[in-house]
Amino acid sequence: MKPDILQLAVKSLLRDWRSGEIRLIAIAIIIAVASLTSVSFFTDRVRQATEIQATELLAADLVLQSRRPVPADVRQLALDHGLITTSITGMRSMVMAGDKLNMAEIKAVEAGYPIRGKLRTSSGLFTAESVTTDIPGPGTVWIDNQLFQQLGIQIGSEVSVGSARLTVSRIISYEPDRGGDMFNIAPRLMMNLADIPATNLVLPGSRVDYSLLLGGESEAILQFRQAIDARTGLRIQGIRDARPELKSALERAEQFLGLAALVSVALAGLAMAMSAQRFVTRHFDNCAIMRCLGADQQTITRIYLLQLLMLSTLSSIIGCAIGYLGQEILARLLAGMTASVLPAASVGPVFTGIAAGTITAVGFAMPQILRLRNVSPLRVLRHDMDPLPLGAIGSYGTAIAALAFLTPWQSGNLRLTVYTLLGMLLTAIFLAGGAVMLIRFLHRYRSRVGTAFRFGLANISRRANSSIAQILGIGLGVMVMLLLTLVRTDLLDEWRGRLPEGTPNYFLINISEDDVPALNQFMGRNNKIVAAIYPMITARLVAINNNTVDPDAFPTEAGQRWARRSYNLTWAAALPVANEISTGAWWPGSSPDDDPLFSFEQQIAQDLGVSTGDTITFLIAGQEVTGRIASTRRVQWDTFNANFFVIANPGTLDNYPANYITSFYLDKDDKHLIIELVKAFPSVTIYDVDALITEVRKIMEQVIRTVEFVFGFTLLAGLVVLAAALQTTHDERSYESALLSVIGAGRRQILAGLAAEFICIGMIAGILAAFSATLVEVVLAKYVFDMDIVINYLVWLIAPLACTAVILVAGLAGTWRVLSTPPIITLRQ
Amino acid sequence: MQAEHLGKQVSSPGSPDGRLTILDNINFSLQSGKSLAIVGVSGSGKSTLLGLLAGLDVASNGRVLLDNIDLNTLDEDGRARLRNQRVGFVFQSFHLLKSLTALENVMLPLELAGVEQPEKTAMARLTEVGLRERFGHYPNQLSGGEQQRVAIARAFAAGPKILFADEPTGNLDQKTARHIIELVFRLNREHGTTLILVTHDHAIASLCDRRLTLAGGSILTDET
Repeated sequence: MKPDILQLAVKSLLRDWRSGEIRLIAIAIIIAVASLTSVSFFTDRVRQATEIQATELLAADLVLQSRRPVPADVRQLALDHGLITTSITGMRSMVMAGDKLNMAEIKAVEAGYPIRGKLRTSSGLFTAESVTTDIPGPGTVWIDNQLFQQLGIQIGSEVSVGSARLTVSRIISYEPDRGGDMFNIAPRLMMNLADIPATNLVLPGSRVDYSLLLGGESEAILQFRQAIDARTGLRIQGIRDARPELKSALERAEQFLGLAALVSVALAGLAMAMSAQRFVTRHFDNCAIMRCLGADQQTITRIYLLQLLMLSTLSSIIGCAIGYLGQEILARLLAGMTASVLPAASVGPVFTGIAAGTITAVGFAMPQILRLRNVSPLRVLRHDMDPLPLGAIGSYGTAIAALAFLTPWQSGNLRLTVYTLLGMLLTAIFLAGGAVMLIRFLHRYRSRVGTAFRFGLANISRRANSSIAQILGIGLGVMVMLLLTLVRTDLLDEWRGRLPEGTPNYFLINISEDDVPALNQFMGRNNKIVAAIYPMITARLVAINNNTVDPDAFPTEAGQRWARRSYNLTWAAALPVANEISTGAWWPGSSPDDDPLFSFEQQIAQDLGVSTGDTITFLIAGQEVTGRIASTRRVQWDTFNANFFVIANPGTLDNYPANYITSFYLDKDDKHLIIELVKAFPSVTIYDVDALITEVRKIMEQVIRTVEFVFGFTLLAGLVVLAAALQTTHDERSYESALLSVIGAGRRQILAGLAAEFICIGMIAGILAAFSATLVEVVLAKYVFDMDIVINYLVWLIAPLACTAVILVAGLAGTWRVLSTPPIITLRQ
Repeated sequence: MQAEHLGKQVSSPGSPDGRLTILDNINFSLQSGKSLAIVGVSGSGKSTLLGLLAGLDVASNGRVLLDNIDLNTLDEDGRARLRNQRVGFVFQSFHLLKSLTALENVMLPLELAGVEQPEKTAMARLTEVGLRERFGHYPNQLSGGEQQRVAIARAFAAGPKILFADEPTGNLDQKTARHIIELVFRLNREHGTTLILVTHDHAIASLCDRRLTLAGGSILTDET
């Protein structure tokens, strides 16, 4: 007859639970999964919220754009998916007021615009703005500062748009979806869609942009997007397709959140491995008896593995529940801080939580559990017969495998995953090696210290293996905490620094060649404006390597788009700020070069399938200009500098008509200079991006805040690791303390010895943690977040001190109960 | 039970040939249903011999035949099955599972053997050793004598053919020890089990059908 393994495992689980044997490991899993799922649930909600916030810059969740009116059936399909819709019709047209004429970007909207974000308007130039949910009523228009100034009108004035005469009722100070094409748009005029027929501007052949803005639940948006994807002639813009600066911010946010989740997984595993080690050690006797009573190795393995699986699944479910509650509380705490109400969490994290909890538990605890099969039945006669300790590969092989399996899933970024895993592995090896050396070093000098420290140091050396494991656990835990506190602040500050005070808030476009010297003089007189003026030359891409460009031949939609659109080329002698060479080299010097050269932004080079060395031909003002790609560049789009996709070397574009562009920062107090500038250069279009910068900054701050909250949970997981690490030697320490008490040691002597041991472990772990945290920070800053390396020397002071203090307090608190218990009771246990 | 040229050596870096002989050329056979006492001073090899005979350890030379099965021909799992089906144990330090009640401790070998309704048999065995009122008690709630009685009930639970007892009274006072020995011998008779008992106590040894005295790893005397 075969034993009923499931029944035995269930009974064993219940018995172990009753006797308290597995409570620690269960708590470790519960806390681990709770922190993991809090992160996942919350990350999930924050991600949704961040995307909602980001959608404000699109004014919708999804935008469909077309040169022809968006077909009615598409709109109907959106309505069928439960989405809300609103249409925009855009075109360029001259706007006339009296005898003044100005080119304007007309935007005709209907009720419901904007779906996401809010319009802000004011009743006069530079007067207080207010948020509005209205749109211009029929017969009225809202215009922006630039147009208002250029037309020299008042609120209530009439303007002509095509054949229609409309009344200016407000000034637009902010519209959420304006930022994207800032260099190509003229000043804004917003009107009611119902007035479009009266303008007679929409005629066959006229260039009109039609957009359908959509909003709704993310699932419905996704389904609609899938349903509409195959429709040709429609350009679909989700939040990730638009706005390079936003894409960059979101990706960065995901990296941070991914890192937090990743670290939670690793910490969870570490706590489990430590708890499992204790569990296994305490089960050697039981297994020996079972072996003696006839259980074969397979039976032992099956019983305990099944028990582990049941335990991890049940604990994971409880952990998920606690995680859900935790993030709910967190979300409420955050409610006042976030601009929008967080959307409900999806059920996804429940499944991933249970799966991740089980995989982590099995990965980290299984090698320990498998040791039980090697317990010799002879242990019943000879109690000192422990199974062989696990080798490094045996101990951590499956743990690394589990992490390697889980982390790409959690972080969604392979590079980040590999770096973090390698970092953790190297850190663990480094910590273990460092711990061995420091223990040996201290052991050698133990005769030079007092009795208590001699006793403490002797304990550390005697329990070398468990001391190393403990230092490893504590060191890794503290390292993670350092990364999540001090280092995180460094990294976030650095990121915040991307949009420092002084980020350009004004763009000047349509500067004619004749204006350039006068503008330079104007800026020279007013030393508050410092800016480089870039030429901007409109061009079309006509050939790559002397082959005529056929947009339809490009395999990707992005490639096709780049092949069709017109380019704003510039030339520059020096590599502009916020640009970095990816391949090739920047041309040397500033002297005009006979040989035309181009530098491409790396993403469009990739989309077009071109690289350094390829020959490119542009059509500029009816003439072809052919040159070689000398380099590709990585551009930081989120810096608000005037950036260009294609830059030519000096000389190449000299003979072509150019418009000029510049961007600069102007303090609020110096805004009068803008009015002076408008007067001095009436044909120059001034674009104020202050509001947009404020929006992007707001998103950044919110992301940073959510990252900080998410990291807070990981910090808790780190504390659990510390507790588990102290727990591993708790039994032995309690037993020894009781024994010392029996042979006459006073409480003070015992405490002094223990304190010495904890102080030494804390110092060693702290020093090692500071070193490895610095190392990981350098690697993360340089290779993952692409930031300047910042080394926080405070880590070296705080880590050993904090580590020692925490371990001392927690360690003594754990042992205090033992000292208050009659030693005979401790010894009997 | 038969031992043929049984020997056990372990590596010992300090000794001249690097090996230390714990048992050397042990030969004896014991008929089914009989009892054998292994006596000797500490370090004479008694526990090592018991470990070899019960299949808890592997001999360096010679062989053990248990119920005509050569233990050398079995791997560790084979020996585990053999122990489960034919062998019972009683130890000096009881070796009860602390997390299990008295009843659960006795049920364990039955559960491992896949016996149906293990509870019923376990209850019967505990009743047999006089612990009817102690089914739900944990080891730490039982006296030393009671714990050893649970261990005896557990040893007899799966109906072993041979019972190994390693100093079963070593941790007990004289009076309790006498009761325990009487119990072991009574159950041994009632169940028709072969008994191999390791002891220091010559009085207990004299109750057995046969006595092997070990000294320095060899049989010094073999009395019946």
